Amino acid sequence: MAKHAPLGMRPRGSPLLSADQTPGGGTMPSEWKVVVDRHGSDPLLLLQVLRELQSLHGWLPRQMLAAVAGALHLPLGEVEGVAGFYRFLHLRPVGRTRILFSDNVTDRMAGSEGLMAQLCTLLGVAPGAVSADGRFSVDRASCTGLADQGPALLIDHHQVVTRLDADRVTTMAALLQADVPVAAWPAEWFEVKDAVWRADMLLAEPAPTGSALAAALGRGPEALVDELRASRLRGRGGAGYPIAQKWAACCAAPGRERVVVCNADEGEPGTFKDRVLLRRHADAVIEGMTIAAHAVGARTGFIYLRGEYRFLLDALQEVLARRREAGLLGAGILGRAGFDFDITVHLGAGAYVCGEESALLESLEGKRGTPRIRPPFPAEHGYLGRPTVVNNVETFCAVAWIAEHGAAAWAAVGTPQSSGTKIHSVSGDCARPGIYEYPFGTPVATLLADCGATNVQAVQVGGPSGLCLAPHEFGRQLAFEDVPTAGAFMVFDQRRDMFEVARGFAHFFAHESCGFCTPCRVGTELLARRMDKLAAGQGSAEDLDVLLELDHLMHGSTHCGLGATACNPLRDTVLRFRPAYERRLRSPRFEPAFDLDAALAPARRLSGRDDPAAHLMAQTLATGDPTKSAEISPEAAPRPSPTTPTDASP
Amino acid sequence: MSPAQTAAPVPPSFELDDVPVCFAPGDTVLQAAHRAGHTIPHLCWHADFAPHGSCRICSVLVDGRPAAACTLPAAAGQQVRSATEALNAQRTTLLQMLFVEGNHFCPSCEKSGDCRLQSAAYAVGMTGPHFEEFYPDRPVDASHPDLLLDLNRCILCGLCVRASHAPDGKDVFAIGGHGIGTHLVVNSPSGRLGDSAMDIGDRAAHVCPVGAMLPKRRGFVVPIGERPADLADAAAAAAAAAPFAALSKAFSATASSPAPASGIAAGGEEPR
Repeated sequence: MAKHAPLGMRPRGSPLLSADQTPGGGTMPSEWKVVVDRHGSDPLLLLQVLRELQSLHGWLPRQMLAAVAGALHLPLGEVEGVAGFYRFLHLRPVGRTRILFSDNVTDRMAGSEGLMAQLCTLLGVAPGAVSADGRFSVDRASCTGLADQGPALLIDHHQVVTRLDADRVTTMAALLQADVPVAAWPAEWFEVKDAVWRADMLLAEPAPTGSALAAALGRGPEALVDELRASRLRGRGGAGYPIAQKWAACCAAPGRERVVVCNADEGEPGTFKDRVLLRRHADAVIEGMTIAAHAVGARTGFIYLRGEYRFLLDALQEVLARRREAGLLGAGILGRAGFDFDITVHLGAGAYVCGEESALLESLEGKRGTPRIRPPFPAEHGYLGRPTVVNNVETFCAVAWIAEHGAAAWAAVGTPQSSGTKIHSVSGDCARPGIYEYPFGTPVATLLADCGATNVQAVQVGGPSGLCLAPHEFGRQLAFEDVPTAGAFMVFDQRRDMFEVARGFAHFFAHESCGFCTPCRVGTELLARRMDKLAAGQGSAEDLDVLLELDHLMHGSTHCGLGATACNPLRDTVLRFRPAYERRLRSPRFEPAFDLDAALAPARRLSGRDDPAAHLMAQTLATGDPTKSAEISPEAAPRPSPTTPTDASP
Repeated sequence: MSPAQTAAPVPPSFELDDVPVCFAPGDTVLQAAHRAGHTIPHLCWHADFAPHGSCRICSVLVDGRPAAACTLPAAAGQQVRSATEALNAQRTTLLQMLFVEGNHFCPSCEKSGDCRLQSAAYAVGMTGPHFEEFYPDRPVDASHPDLLLDLNRCILCGLCVRASHAPDGKDVFAIGGHGIGTHLVVNSPSGRLGDSAMDIGDRAAHVCPVGAMLPKRRGFVVPIGERPADLADAAAAAAAAAPFAALSKAFSATASSPAPASGIAAGGEEPR
């Protein structure tokens, strides 16, 4: 039966909100007001306001939400809805120091689970809980974009620690216990290395500081779009949409104001090339955006920076400031009257789905990051309904390169359908994890050889939503027409259990589903639960059938690509590594998701019985004949079963 | 309900399961089909509100590609497939997902017989939940003097959110959380409906397709067996085979459960 708990018994808000407090901006504490005022009480900046207020208080009490709602003239329900959407915003208390372990498969392969358990033990806190004294909480986060130097963690959604090991964790626990501020921790812990092992067109030369922009201005908007058409440049974010077509649609769309957005929400597990570009080639990214502004006639620009990359923000702001001073941003760019364009950085707050361009625009407008109904597409109806160009970090770098060196040089590299180069983020089982830039059309085997991967069992190309390849496919080419990729390249050698890899990805998608459409919201949860059922040794062939049925359903019925690709790792690994699944199947017929005898424990406790007749025997279960039961099943401790019985027919 | 398009210029049309359907500029496939009296099963769509596209029950194949009929702009010459065995199987699975996600106990629900989730399930021939039930722990909010909000039955269609925004102009509801934890949020200082601006006369009080929002003190006024879906079924069954319809109605009355509905009858739609 359902538990019909009255609402009052379930605390929904902050205990801080007493009955006599009226929500609204009037009685707002001054430090909150400073944050709200700095953002001009602009409802479009709700997410930025919530992020900053949380950094003051650690979490977002209902009282704070009410104050924000009052000041920004938004319904409290909407503010609560937005705050509840983002994984890095908390509507319940968390530890004063909050530690999030990056939970990508590459982190796990490097021992993150053991290190997290170690830290939890040392701090006396359970994973996902708050320590009794309220000082610490330790939890997991989706891939933090440091797969080349994991295991990694994130402190207070701000500071990253890389290359964790048992020693670092031990020292860290002592520093935390002694209340040593994070800023005083060993600096080498915070070191983020950008290992570029192969540089080609984009990475080989220094980022332009005006030269590409000057060349673009010399051409003029229409010739620029023609140049991009001739270059056959396609979007680097994954979908591979022709850039010239996108920009031309934006130019043609009616509207006075246009917008350029850089998608730096690099959330695909195993990808980190945008992190490297934003650190080492920020000028190229911003120059590409400015060129786009010139092409489509935009005055407003945004960089949507994923919350996990908060540590890149200050340096990025410095580059923007330097370019403003150099006349490369702001009013009258490069001395050209009327060419006004500037860029604001917006921070995300832990939501993979915001990498989808229409969800990103919703988030930019301070809303929940739910993908929009398309059409209309952002090029016609984007930020605030204005025609908007949204492109990936790497795409803007390529735009700057093409503007400076010309389409012919770009199109001469790669394949006919995939021109130029692609930057790959290589991680996992290899000697040299890091960044590799290759012409499109390079075989998978070349990357594997160059990164020093041996005994390779599988490669996950393009992240969980991409493709999992087995050795017989390593001759295939990395290109839109063969193996498309947004840049992740995770290597698994023969030691790895590909079922566990797929199970981790299933949990990733369930964690990151926005919850909007039925097939993704429920399907990703069903997927994760069934994979857990198999992992718990309760699987049957029927479960595999249900999983593949989910794959089929979700491919054709979801609102956006997240749900549509959520079963890819499952399907790919079942097809290529079926034994990893089959050895987990307990029987070819139906198995319940739980231990039947253990489920009777409460009934035995209530009736005060523990005799053999009060137990379901293994024999009974097998034969259905209670008279043939001979042994008593061990009394299993009740575990928090992720699944409940199903009545699916055997 | 038939389109009054008799003017000389031939209006553009698409084909829904090989039947031509005329549409006006700006129509979605579902809008045009609905106006022309055709049925494409749906839950989160309502003729009076902007499309949402979340339930995906109205998913169809348009020129071979999957799309939600409620959000897809109609275009001349489109070949739309809806009443196929594969699409109805997909709808069954989506409905099963909605059933296991919440706590839906039709026999004890006041909305039984007038519930779009239930009648959609009957319409596609769903016989069981197929998946494991989630049995989520969801609150019941009885704080409002005239309305009961039982989130166990909420399917997150967002109709109350849209209705409360306009025409009500109150924004009493919002969507909160994410993933499987997505839930309806009430806009009030306490988060309870009784402390909100909600009024029983609001459109949002009467738009819920399931039994998540119910008027208080009005339980079972219309007997089960005589509710919209029951009557629609009876009419459809009578047209098909009179003796069986009578039997079906008698059975449903005894069993305190509605007879299978042949279409999504609630909400003023014609049965298929």
